[in-house]
Parts: sequence; C-alpha cells; structure tokens
Amino acid sequence: MGRYIVRRLLQLVPVFIGTTFLIYWLVWSVPGDPFAGKCGDRPCPDNYIQVMTEKFNLDQPLYVQYFTYMQNLLQGDFGETFGGRSINDLIAAAYPNTIKLAFVALAVEALIGLTAGVLTGLRRNGFLDNLVLVSTLFLIALPTFVTGFFLQYLFGVQWGIIKPTVSNPPSFTELLIPGFVLGSVSMAYVARLARTSIAENRSADYVRTAIAKGLPMRRVVGVHLLRNSLIPVITYLGTDLGALMGGAIVTEGIFGINGIGREVYRAIVTKEGATVVSIVVILVLVYLVMNLLVDMLYALLDPRIRYE
Amino acid sequence: MSEVVITDPEFSTTGRPSGRLLEVEDLHVEFRTREGIAKAINGVSFHVDAGETLAVLGESGSGKSVTAQTIMGILDQPPGFVSGGEIRFHGKDMLKMSEEGRRKIRGHGIAMVFQDALSALNPVFTVGFQIGEQFRIRKGLSRGDAKKRAIELLDQVKIPNAKQRVTEFPHQFSGGMRQRVMIAMSLALDPEVLIADEPTTALDVTVQAQIMDLLADLQRERQMGLILITHDLGVVADVADRIAVMYAGRIVEEANVHDLYARPAHPYTVGLLNSIPRIDEKGQELRTIKGLPPNLMRIPPGCPFHPRCPKAQPVCVEKVPPLRVVAPARGSACHFAEEVLRGE
Repeated sequence: MGRYIVRRLLQLVPVFIGTTFLIYWLVWSVPGDPFAGKCGDRPCPDNYIQVMTEKFNLDQPLYVQYFTYMQNLLQGDFGETFGGRSINDLIAAAYPNTIKLAFVALAVEALIGLTAGVLTGLRRNGFLDNLVLVSTLFLIALPTFVTGFFLQYLFGVQWGIIKPTVSNPPSFTELLIPGFVLGSVSMAYVARLARTSIAENRSADYVRTAIAKGLPMRRVVGVHLLRNSLIPVITYLGTDLGALMGGAIVTEGIFGINGIGREVYRAIVTKEGATVVSIVVILVLVYLVMNLLVDMLYALLDPRIRYE
Repeated sequence: MSEVVITDPEFSTTGRPSGRLLEVEDLHVEFRTREGIAKAINGVSFHVDAGETLAVLGESGSGKSVTAQTIMGILDQPPGFVSGGEIRFHGKDMLKMSEEGRRKIRGHGIAMVFQDALSALNPVFTVGFQIGEQFRIRKGLSRGDAKKRAIELLDQVKIPNAKQRVTEFPHQFSGGMRQRVMIAMSLALDPEVLIADEPTTALDVTVQAQIMDLLADLQRERQMGLILITHDLGVVADVADRIAVMYAGRIVEEANVHDLYARPAHPYTVGLLNSIPRIDEKGQELRTIKGLPPNLMRIPPGCPFHPRCPKAQPVCVEKVPPLRVVAPARGSACHFAEEVLRGE
C-alpha cells in the first residue's frame, strides 16, 4: 500500500504540470487587451502599460511566463492582480466559503440521497419508490440555476424563511438552501445509485447466508447488506466533492456567496489571468488528491482490492 | 441404521406430534411469475431424525434446493409461495410460526451449508467475524470470546493455522478451505439438523471426498440430522443412510442406500444408476435418460416421468402414481414398481 501511494503521488507531478500549463496557455491566449477599461474612459498611459507589462512579464514568451509563475507558485506565492491585490489573500478569503458550501452540499447528498436510496432499494415498486424515482428524474432534468432561482424565490422572497442572499462570511444555516441547490443533482444520482446497489445485493447469496444464520433482519440489512452496497456510493461521493467545489459558480452567483466560483467568474470577465490560473490550479489539486483518497478508501472498504 | 419409515401422506399421522426431529409433509411450493405458475414442489414428504443422514437426490430443477430453502425459510417470496403442507420441527409446524419464531430456529435448530462458499460468504468481512458474529449476536459473547470460539470451530473443521487464518477474508482461502469455513459457520450454534445443499459441487473431486468425510465425521460426533442435497450419486453412497430421489417436485423413490443401489424400484432411479460412467465400458457411448426434465409450468399429466420412461403404459398418462410401500422399508411412486424391483 505504501509503495502504491508513493507511485500515485509521483503520478500527480506530470498530471499537475500538464493541466496547469494547459490552463495557463488557454487563459493567456484568450483574445483581448488586459488593460482595456483599466484606466476609466481613457486608454491607459503608455508608461503604465510599460510598467505593468514588465511586472507581469507580458512581453516574454508564454513558456517563460509559465515557468516564472510556477516558480513563485511552488514557493506558495500566487502573485498579484493587476490592481495590486495579493491573490493569496483573495483565495484565503474566498476558499473557506466554497469549502463550507461544498460540505453542506455533500451532507445533503449523503443524508437525503442515501436514505432515499436505501429505503427504495429495500422496497421496490412501492409508493415511496415511485415518488423517489420521479422526483430524482425531475432534479436531474432541471439545470442548477432553475432549482437555485426557484428555491431562492420560494424560501427567500415568497415565504421569507431565509435571506435571499447570504452574509459574508456565510453562517452554516444560511448555506442550507444553497447547499441543497448545489448538491441536488448529485443527490438524485446518489439515491438512484444506492437504490440499484441495495436491490442488487439484496438477492446476493451472502445476504441469504446471513438470514440463514438466524441474524435479526436489521443486522442483515444494516451490517451485511449496507456494507457491500455502499462501496460504489461512497466512492461516488468522494469524487463528487471535487466537482462540487468547482461547480459552485452558478450557486454562488445566485445566493451571493463570496466563494471561488464568483471570484473565478469575475476574474475571467476582467481578464485577470493570474487569478483564474491560481484558482483553477487549486481546483486541479483538490481533484487529484480526492481521486487518490477515493482509490485508497476503496481498498479500505473492499478487502478484495489490493494495490501493489 | 435407523428404522426406516415411508412418509407417504397415506401412512403418516397428520397433525399429531410424532416425536420426530424434522418432518416435511405434503409440501407444495410454487413460483408465481409473469409467464405462469411453476410448480416446483408437489407434495414432498420426508423426515430426518437425530444421527441420521438423508440424501435428497435429483437433477437440477427437481426441487431439491427449493425444498431446502423452504425448510430454512429463505425462499424468495415472492415469487416463491408455499401453497400447502407442513414442516414440523420437534412436532411444531414452522410454516405457522411467526417470523421471529422461525428466526430463532435458524442456525440453532436447523443450519445450512450452501453450495458456493465464495458467494455465500460475505466478501468484506473476515471469516472470524462471520463465524463469531453468531456468538456475539445470538449468545451475547464478547468480541474476544467470539473469536476464540471461531478459532475452535476452524480447528474442528481441520483448517490448519486457524489462529492466523481467522483474521483472513474469504477470498484468501482455497475452494475446499472456504467450504470448511462455511461448514464451521453452520455448526457454530450446535444445530440439531444440518442441511447441506450441494456442498461439494463447486469443488475438485479429491477435495469433494475430504469435505464429505468431514461432514460425515461431524454428523456422527454431534449426532445431527443431516440432509444432504446432491445430484451426484457417487457422493452419497458412503455417507447417507437413506436416499430420497426427487423428480419434478415429487419424491419418486425412497429407500435405504444399499437397497437403492442394489435394486432400484423406480425407472428414473434405474436411469440414473445406468448413466454413471463405468470403467469397463470405456470407449462406449454414455447411457443417458432420453429427453429432458419437464418444464415446471407444464408438468405432464399422470406420472411426470412418463414421457421419458421406457416402461410407460397408457395408465401412466392418466393416473399420478402415489408414493407407496413396495417392499419392506421401501417406497416408490411407479405403477409398475414391483416389476422394476424384480429387475424386469
């Protein structure tokens, strides 16, 4: 296992360099002048452009720019925005909010999705099963911005139960509805995945053995059946955490959450290349680490899987 | 050898406690599917007493595994449905018991060894956990004590290095060793009756003999009633006291093992015995029973074996032959059982 982890960590290096370069290259090749509109209505003075061009190495070839950026990055320095704000500060302010939101969404997925999946998997074709099947199909079909605006209107405007937008930094309760919106699609998938997995394993031989041993039904289901059925669900939840953090742009926009989704949107619009790259680099890291963790978790959950 | 009694409904004492350990009487089980009703068990009766081994022999689809599952109460319902009969354990009809009452008999009164230990054992728990679980849940033992008892059981089924192997997972065992684990698990709560459903089918021939010997030894030591379900005539010869031959959900012949091998009393049994390959007939074509086992949704009228029977007469199409006493301690469900018995 130790050797496997080291090998996986080494694999991260080329993947990390490859993805970051691709992002860097894409961001800086977007056509448009980064100084347009930076100095009010007038075009920027030549000496300002000259200073900024030198400061951000804009006259250098792309690979040199990338190399300098990576050099600073490895020392923990993400650089500055054109306005002179430290990107480290910006990320430090935005990231915790996104992480909080992602974890609320994950909790929603796990709690509601799993419960619905397990209950319907055990009793297929009942009323609850049909209800869950229809409502999950509904959630999967709806784009996040529709669910988001609808729930914001319903809870925030019509009923006045929540504030339509959250404070900064947002409290846990304020993130419940946004978290539900963000996690809703994955929640539907989790419910369906758990349902299929439970139903499949319900007729497995080892479940029959557990019953033949005279174990109480709640132990047969709660220990023997669940433990096996949840392996695919848990690995899905693990990989989804990375996706939740990256996919929060729409949700953060709707509820005014000051997270990285909003920051990256703002940076793309204002051509703040360094900010875009920095945020995406962190997202890439989260994805890679989560994938590694999920693979290790998988081996932990299923003893038949051994990595050498 | 125990006293042999034919358990044809005509001769048995319906509804009265008989002092027998396990008694199945006139059991009917069907599967209600969208395509129709498959009649898997059509009036099966047998019994097993303490210290006795009954072999239930039949082709796949003859209903032997369904019988076992119905006794254990692990039949998938639906589509399975017990449409009649009684299964008495110590004289009490289990089919009329509450689910909780039946659960308490499982493992403790009647335990089961399954055919394929790899799929019947839970892949994600150690064998020690799966054996010890019964002591913890059913007897309230601590984790440590349960583990000790699990090691003792693994020793009893002759698994070398039981102390180390108790912490291993099912996939780390060989096929034979895995079946030993399965047997150890079924013996945990000291059952009075053990049902072994094709316990050696998934194993190599050499390992098959070892497992059968082990089962026979354990049965003798513990004086259990053993129901050995198999399709393999060779497997049962040394171990069984009595044999019940099943065909299309009925018992067609019942006899003690030596009588049955020496002089079968049903044409189906004759066919089975003839189809065993013999070394002195090497190079010749294997003798088979012509035709196929019947579709359980369309069991032929009269004797279900008549389309494949070399002795079939018009009466066989019209009347279902009941299982009747044809010689001392022998039963056969054939209109011409006496002729068959005389070897005609």
